[in-house]
Order: sequence, then C-alpha cells, then structure tokens
Amino acid sequence: MPFPANYRYTREHEWIKVDGGQATIGITDYAQNSLGDIVFVELPKVGDELSAGKTFGSVESVKAVSDLYAPASGKVVAVNDELNGAPEKINSDAHGAWMVRIQLKDAGEVNKLLSSDDYDKFVKEEGGH
Amino acid sequence: MKPKSRKVSQHVTQNEALIFEKSSPGKKAYRLPPLDVPDVDAGKLLGEQVREDLGLMPEVSEIEIIRHFTRLSTWNYAIDLGMYPLGSCTMKYNARVNEFVARLEGLGNSHPYQPEKISQGALRIMKTLSECLCEITGMDVITLQPAAGAHGEFTGILLMRAHHESKGNPRKKIIIPDSAHGTNPATAAICGYEIINLKSSAEGMVDVSLLASLVDDTVAGMMLTNPSTIGVFEKDIHRIADLLHDKGALLYMDGANMNALVGKTRPGDFGVDVMHLNLHKTFSTPHGGGGPGSGPVACKKLLEPFLPAPVVTTRADGRLGFEYNRPQSIGRVRAFYGNFGMFVRALAYIFANGPDGLRQTTEDAVLNANYIRKKLDGIYDLPYKTGSMHEVVFSDRLQTQNGVKTGDIAKRLIDYGFHPYTTSFPLIVPGALMIEPTESESKEELDLFVDAMKSIAREVEEDPQLVISAPHDTRVARMDETTAARKPVLRWKPEQTNEARQSPKPELVETR
Repeated sequence: MPFPANYRYTREHEWIKVDGGQATIGITDYAQNSLGDIVFVELPKVGDELSAGKTFGSVESVKAVSDLYAPASGKVVAVNDELNGAPEKINSDAHGAWMVRIQLKDAGEVNKLLSSDDYDKFVKEEGGH
Repeated sequence: MKPKSRKVSQHVTQNEALIFEKSSPGKKAYRLPPLDVPDVDAGKLLGEQVREDLGLMPEVSEIEIIRHFTRLSTWNYAIDLGMYPLGSCTMKYNARVNEFVARLEGLGNSHPYQPEKISQGALRIMKTLSECLCEITGMDVITLQPAAGAHGEFTGILLMRAHHESKGNPRKKIIIPDSAHGTNPATAAICGYEIINLKSSAEGMVDVSLLASLVDDTVAGMMLTNPSTIGVFEKDIHRIADLLHDKGALLYMDGANMNALVGKTRPGDFGVDVMHLNLHKTFSTPHGGGGPGSGPVACKKLLEPFLPAPVVTTRADGRLGFEYNRPQSIGRVRAFYGNFGMFVRALAYIFANGPDGLRQTTEDAVLNANYIRKKLDGIYDLPYKTGSMHEVVFSDRLQTQNGVKTGDIAKRLIDYGFHPYTTSFPLIVPGALMIEPTESESKEELDLFVDAMKSIAREVEEDPQLVISAPHDTRVARMDETTAARKPVLRWKPEQTNEARQSPKPELVETR
C-alpha cells in the first residue's frame, strides 16, 4: 500500500495528517503489517497534552506491545473510541484508522517529519521484507 | 502416513471436558470425620462477611478429579518428553536429585512459622545458597525473596532508587536497549522512571558512543541483558559500566541469560552493580506449569542497606536467625522468605555439579547452540553474524518469500514432536526464530531437531500451505489466537457450553 503524499511520517512509524490547526495521528500500514493482528489499543484522553517524540499510548498485537510516539506536540481534542471495540480497523485500513486528533502547538514541528517518499525509502532500508 | 521424524508417531489421548461440565449436584470427593471439637457459628463471628453460597463450583468424585487432571496431563509437552528450545527461557532438565532433596522429611514438612531454633537447617540452606550465588555472580550480598525474574527486576530497581534517594535525588531516567525483555521497561516504569530507548548497533550490541551521549546526572541507571537477547556477549561491557559510573548511575543486569556465563565470567567483575538470577532457568528448578519461580537479587555492597527485610544473619551464639531491624530497607517484597522449595533445589543442583560441573554445563549450553547455528545457517537466515553464546536467533526472511512466517514454522514444529522455539522475539529481528537448546540435549536429540527444521524448510519450498495451516497432528487444529486476544472468554458459564455444543467453532474441531 502506498503511503499518502499528504501525510507526514515518523521513524517510529506513525503518520500525521494536518488539517488547518489540527491534525490526526495513526500508525502506518508498514507498522500494522510488522505488528500482525492488533488486539488492543491504549490511547490518551481528550484534554491530555502530547509532546513531540514522547509516548502517548501503546498498541498491542498477538506478537508484541509497542509504544506510540507523538509526531507533534498538542492537546488531544478527539479520540477514535471506535478502535477500542474494533482494533482490527488498524489492520484493514491503517492510513484511515486515526487514533487521536490534536490541536497543534507548533505547526513547524510537522515539517521536520519524513515525507511519504522519504518514509518509503526508510522502511525499505529498515525492513528488508 | 509417512513418519515425519523418528521422534513422533500417532498416540491416543482421551478427550476431556471442562471440570465444570462434569459436575453433578451433591457429588463429593471427601468425607470428613465427625466433629470432635465444639461447633462454631461462622455467621456469628463474621457477620455480613460470611459467605455461604460458593457460587458455581464443580462437584465431582475423587476418581473423576484424578482422571480429569491425569488426562489433561497426557496432552502436555514437557522437558521430560523431549527438547524444549524456547529461547530466552532456558528450559533445562530438572534433575531428579533436586526433587529427592526437596522431599526429605525435614525439608518437605518444614514451615515458615517454626521457631528459629528448629529452623537452623533451613536457614543454613538459605545462607549457603546465598554464598554460592554471590560467588558465582561476583556480587557481595543477595536477597532470595523475589518470586521470579520480573519481581527480581522490580526489587533491583527499587534498590537502585533507594540508593539515589539516600543521596538526595532519585533521578529521572533509566536507559534500556531496544533488544531488552519487555519486562525491563515495564519494571522501570512501575518504579517511576522515564525510559530511554537505546537503539542497538549493527552487530546487535550496545552502541557505546550513542550511550555516552545519553548518560548524564538525570540517569539513574541502565538495565542490560548480557549476553543480549540475540545471544551475543557485550564486548564493551567494561566501558558501558564506566560510562554509567562516571555519572553516578548504576548498571542493572537482567540475569535471564546467566546460563551462558556461570563458571566462566562474573557480572560483579565486569561492572554490574545489581542483578537478578532466575533459579528456574539457570539453576534447574521447575519452569513453566507454575514453577514456582525464584528470582534472587544480588548486588554490590553499596546497595546492602536497602535490601528487603528480613535478612539471614549469624547471631552471637553462632546460630542463624532473621534480622528485621533494617532502617533503610525497601521493605519486604514477598510473604515469608521467598520460594524456599526452590532454594533447596537450586542448592542441590549447585552441589551436584560442583564448580567444574557448572563450568562444563555452560560450555555444553554454548556448544549446543552453536551446533544448531552451524547446521541451520543458510537454511534459515542469520541476521546477526556476531558469535553466539547459549542461544541463536534466525529470521524467517528466506521463508517469507513463500508466505511462511516464523509463527507458522513454530506450529509445524509441533507436528515433529518438539515444543516450538520462541517466535517474534527479540523485536530487533523481524520474524525471529529464537532457539535455545540448553546443555541438557544430546547430539542425537539435537540432530532430530535439526532434521525437523530442515524438513520444514523443504516443505516451505514445496508445499507452503502445509506449513501455513499447521499443526495437523495435534488434538486441535490451529487456534484463532487473534480472536482469543480480542474477545477473550475468561469465565465459564453454563449457557456458553450449550451454545458451543450446538455450533462447534471451527478452531475447536478435532483434527483426527
């Protein structure tokens, strides 16, 4: 699955999609594929502050539990509660299954993240398969 | 059907329902003698707290209980049946001499409430085991209390925290490599520390220059597994320890992989300040099936004041006893004194082997892992070429070209009569196959394992679907692990059973 060109990416395999002063965050299709079947997602609450590069939750698959790293700083304005009952949405549509929406603190932070081309190159080097 | 291996053939096992499903009202497996003391009304004593309805409990006869658990036991795979190469778990043979000693009347019937003067033998065992483990690890003092490895980590990091607090500042961060056991970051977090994730070098080891850039006086310490989870010895361990010590930080060693070091090198000599041991791994006490485990924590003198109370001490008259007056202690971490039965077994193992025997054990464990590495290299991809110690980690890179993953190969291995290796760990190897044979295996058993792994690799080439749909010869076909994790059924209810009987779920259909 190609990585959407209008998203930005972290080396920890999160995507962020900016929409005005707000942004939605999720994990990439490469991440869900490496993790395998996802069984549980632990997300922050509305009102929590995310800090760029720090963990904001975790995602658990049949293989492992992985931390989620915030691509940018900001206050959580919405959480995708649907994922609690249906974590498999992340497996079937990683780039659509957003986890949190934040009010961006500094839009400039997003520009420092990887573009879709750079991320594609990064995962090809990292994974090998 | 063509036999897959000399190790296995078909064997009849009996079906067995849940014990709840076998229940009939009024059945009992016991009959008590007439009451020969005054009757006590529990309701009067306990008031509202008294519970008369026990809820839904199985009611069965004695032979039904015996048959239930005996039948279930025939479904088990155990180290007493064959190789159990579950990497990182050190599933070694539990020698019968351990069990013989643990069942000696005076030990088997001892009780923690016995007065000290008739517990001298038990105290002597604890003291002698402590001395042996300190000698083996090169540490100064030890607590035997923790119940298993993760509990040992927790105790060790509390000691580290108490040390920093005694200097006025508990500090904020703990550095943990990305190859670590998942319990390491969990431990650090539960002890109130922020985790700094250290990326491994291309050789799968600690990147020393990266570490140097991370250590400052906000770092409480580092948690390191040595040999690492890919079975490689950290060659820069002295420099790692020095880097930490220069900033007042401490080095914690996860002792899960001590089976590669006993009798050869000592963590206390290469800069470790505090570590745990897994008696149920390295020292041959039962592992799996409830153990129970035992995770002693050994440390350097500087952490001694903080050890959990009580500690075994020698009184003025030469007798042994427990010392409770420990003002700086982190407190008790376990009821009574730890899993005492495991201390007896571990000491039996140490004495039965002696120093030369323990050294030989380590050498054989390393030799066995490297034998498998050599035999399977090329058939399975070896991501890190650095020399292996007691375990070897392959990846499924060659097999994924045919759509087969490490979990599928592991399931297929069950059909060949082996317990699977560890899958998908460590996380720094995508699609890991982590194999630890331990010293217990003969060349003959190792060859059977190697043949099975080669045969599976051929099946992946010729008929990948056979491997993807494995296991085939087990009581039940492949379980739906994903649904079990997403929608776990944790409590038995009568109606569930009736439903299941009417429409059997595909994953529960018998394969033969």
